[in-house]
Amino acid sequence: MSRTDAVWSEQGTTPDAIEAALRTLLIEAHAEREEVFPARVLNMITFVDLDWTGEIANRLRGVGRYHASRLVVLAYEPRRERLDARVTVSTHHPASPGELALLRETVVVELGDRHLDDLRTIADPLVVTDLPTLLWSPHGHHETIDELLPLAQAVLLDSVEEPDHADALDRAAALSERAYVVDLAWLRSTPWRERVAAMFDTPWLRPELQLLSSVTVRHHPRSTAAAALLVGWLASRLHWRSSRLVGVNGELTGRAHASRQDINVRLQTAPELQVPGLQGITVETAAGHRLRLDRGPGGLRARFSGPREEDHEWTIPGASRGETGVLGEGIRQALLRDPTYLPALGDARTMLA
Amino acid sequence: MAVAAGRPTERKQPENPLTAGLERQPVPPTTLVIFGATGDLARRKLLPALYNLAHDGALPERFYLIGVSRKEKAHEDYRRECEEAIERFSRRKPDPDVLKGLLENVRYVPGTFDDDSVYKALGDCMDASEKDAGEPLNRAFYLSTAPAFFPVIVGKLGESKLSEHEDAQVRCIIEKPFGTSLEEARELNREVLAVFDETSIYRIDHYLGKETVQNLLAFRFANGMFEPLWNRNYIDYVQITAAEDIGVGTRAEYYDSAGALRDLIQNHMMQLLCQVAMEPPVNFNAEEVRNEKVKVLDAIPEPTPGDIDQMAVRAQYGPGHAGGEDVPGYLEEEGVPADSNTETYAALRLEVDNWRWAGVPFYLRTGKRLARKVTEIAVTLKPVPHLAFSQDGSLGVQPNQLVLTVQPNEGVSLRIGAKIPGTRMIIRPVNMEFLYGTAFLSQSPEAYERLITDAMRGDPTLFTRNDEVEGQWRICDPIVKRWEQTPGPLPKYEAGSQGPTEATALLRDGDTWRAI
Repeated sequence: MSRTDAVWSEQGTTPDAIEAALRTLLIEAHAEREEVFPARVLNMITFVDLDWTGEIANRLRGVGRYHASRLVVLAYEPRRERLDARVTVSTHHPASPGELALLRETVVVELGDRHLDDLRTIADPLVVTDLPTLLWSPHGHHETIDELLPLAQAVLLDSVEEPDHADALDRAAALSERAYVVDLAWLRSTPWRERVAAMFDTPWLRPELQLLSSVTVRHHPRSTAAAALLVGWLASRLHWRSSRLVGVNGELTGRAHASRQDINVRLQTAPELQVPGLQGITVETAAGHRLRLDRGPGGLRARFSGPREEDHEWTIPGASRGETGVLGEGIRQALLRDPTYLPALGDARTMLA
Repeated sequence: MAVAAGRPTERKQPENPLTAGLERQPVPPTTLVIFGATGDLARRKLLPALYNLAHDGALPERFYLIGVSRKEKAHEDYRRECEEAIERFSRRKPDPDVLKGLLENVRYVPGTFDDDSVYKALGDCMDASEKDAGEPLNRAFYLSTAPAFFPVIVGKLGESKLSEHEDAQVRCIIEKPFGTSLEEARELNREVLAVFDETSIYRIDHYLGKETVQNLLAFRFANGMFEPLWNRNYIDYVQITAAEDIGVGTRAEYYDSAGALRDLIQNHMMQLLCQVAMEPPVNFNAEEVRNEKVKVLDAIPEPTPGDIDQMAVRAQYGPGHAGGEDVPGYLEEEGVPADSNTETYAALRLEVDNWRWAGVPFYLRTGKRLARKVTEIAVTLKPVPHLAFSQDGSLGVQPNQLVLTVQPNEGVSLRIGAKIPGTRMIIRPVNMEFLYGTAFLSQSPEAYERLITDAMRGDPTLFTRNDEVEGQWRICDPIVKRWEQTPGPLPKYEAGSQGPTEATALLRDGDTWRAI
């Protein structure tokens, strides 16, 4: 699929002028070719430090079809006095003739400290009315997110990016009272949650869900929050009572309490893991069954053993999504609702309190 | 996981609380057996679908694939063929590690489908898979062969007891066409049902796996504004079109024995008609949805020999132009007999005789080498009872038309009248468009990915039940028979055109075919 861009830019501009430019570019694109249509799925407002605009643009470019239909990048440079803007309307040409060509819009607005108090009045005219809006501030700037939150239905964050994992989860919980939170740390656990759920879906093993005796999650050193969310998910789904984990020899350990037994919980760092997220999970049951899942080439490596069974080891195929894939999935999730995140977050916060 | 004695597979299982909130629900451990494993469908559709499921991590935790076909070859050779087919036909470039993981559990059993030793070897192969997995595996037999082999394979599966498993589910997936006549369909149903329960049979109509076809039900039953209009009081007529711009290509042998009516109308287009005309089901489980579709088929009168010439038209494409090129007529196509009377175009006018639809014609048409490739449902509403505008201003007023496009450019379009800007009140029709591609971030999976997953999960909603198949044939069979008994030559239409002029004879006064 090829792409052509129509660009407008202006220094010392206003939101009205930017919005007018968007309309003009869309009309021109449609007049040029009848089969082009603007995508109307999702607004995304991104607040970034100006120096990192290029890096963020690259990350968003990589998400491919999950790119928001209208992206508004608020590029922040503290001492900037003037509002400058660049509007790009991209036509994504179809591979086959006769198919529709999609238009996506990107608006980059460069602004400074003096604009922060009125930030909402700059962003509001630039989003498409009636479309859901996702807010993302990858470099912190919590106060800015708070200011823009009334414009958004969903907030994208990554709990593993925050310096303190307990604070990160508290922040996610606070935001979730005002908008739907899409946490990339949670999405990194999706394949693991799917696989653990599927393993225990086997009829003869399902009753043992109530007999889990230990859970160990291996994670990137900076991804404690993702590990805690995975255990939090098990705890909330299986009605465990979580308690605070304590640091011992570089790992967090503790116990959760089920109606029939306690569950040993361990969050171990896996320094060998090069990317944020999880390296593996081991789940044991009181009946002596043990399931271990680890990252491997081409999927998850599974090992299963039991008191009366032979050990089995195999690969469950699945391609790694990579960080770009996780970000794309985060954008897609802004249109969905996962009812299991908040309960998992609650238990994860208890464990990391 | 070794098979433990006395596993409580038959006891009611507790719910799995871990599946809540997951987009992808677990699929039970399965061995999938493809009969016709080296055929065109397997190579172009089934194997790429399996790869894409693997890529997305959507296959069962334990998954084994066994190919069965006539040609003698080693497991390794078959794996290599699978790899080539996936690399060539997959919708995404394969990840070498994922592909390797998938192919590790691929086996091949050679032999003819009536040979007992094939089923012995297949049984051994499935036992080996279970031993390797250490647990019972569901079995899904996918019949991707010529229809003549369906009863043979099913019979042998029954004789060899491969259709039974004490600790797991056994399912049979059957490709279309399900019979070539009502009698054959009934006989095939009898033979298949002698071995498998109806609940274990998954008759594929791949149209039902298409997102846009599934969305028909969402469109009708999730939007309050359409259903009040969806009846004889407001709808004038319905047109369902499945037009192709290509000729028979390499499918001449199959196509010449089938024809347009059997190829598309009897199955896909009847399914579309059912989805347009069905009553709202109580819920969206398989039985409720399929019950409602069967009621629609039951409400369509069986054509009598005297009716057929007035309600059905057939034709064959002659030479013409397509894509700026001269193209041959059907009879000049390679592999087509020079005296063939097979129709490449078929159009029907059907009535659905029930409270909702009495008197509303349903026009169905399909053909090859038409002007454009399009599959759509066009619902034309009755005109307004009175036009208050001046005569000049009213000239452009046309009845509202709702068009649901299944492919390409999936979407919904509503034709409405609007005033032309200016000092006078002059109306002309304009379209309100909704295009799927503009409104969702996700890419629709291939129909076969969805259907294979559903069959392995045991969800028959998107498959055709025995009484649906027989209902479809009850309507089409008299037409097929009449046409078979009527000598040619058939009316001709120019390749690349709108179809035969004879098709207009089906229309009531005032009704028109939409431009293709």
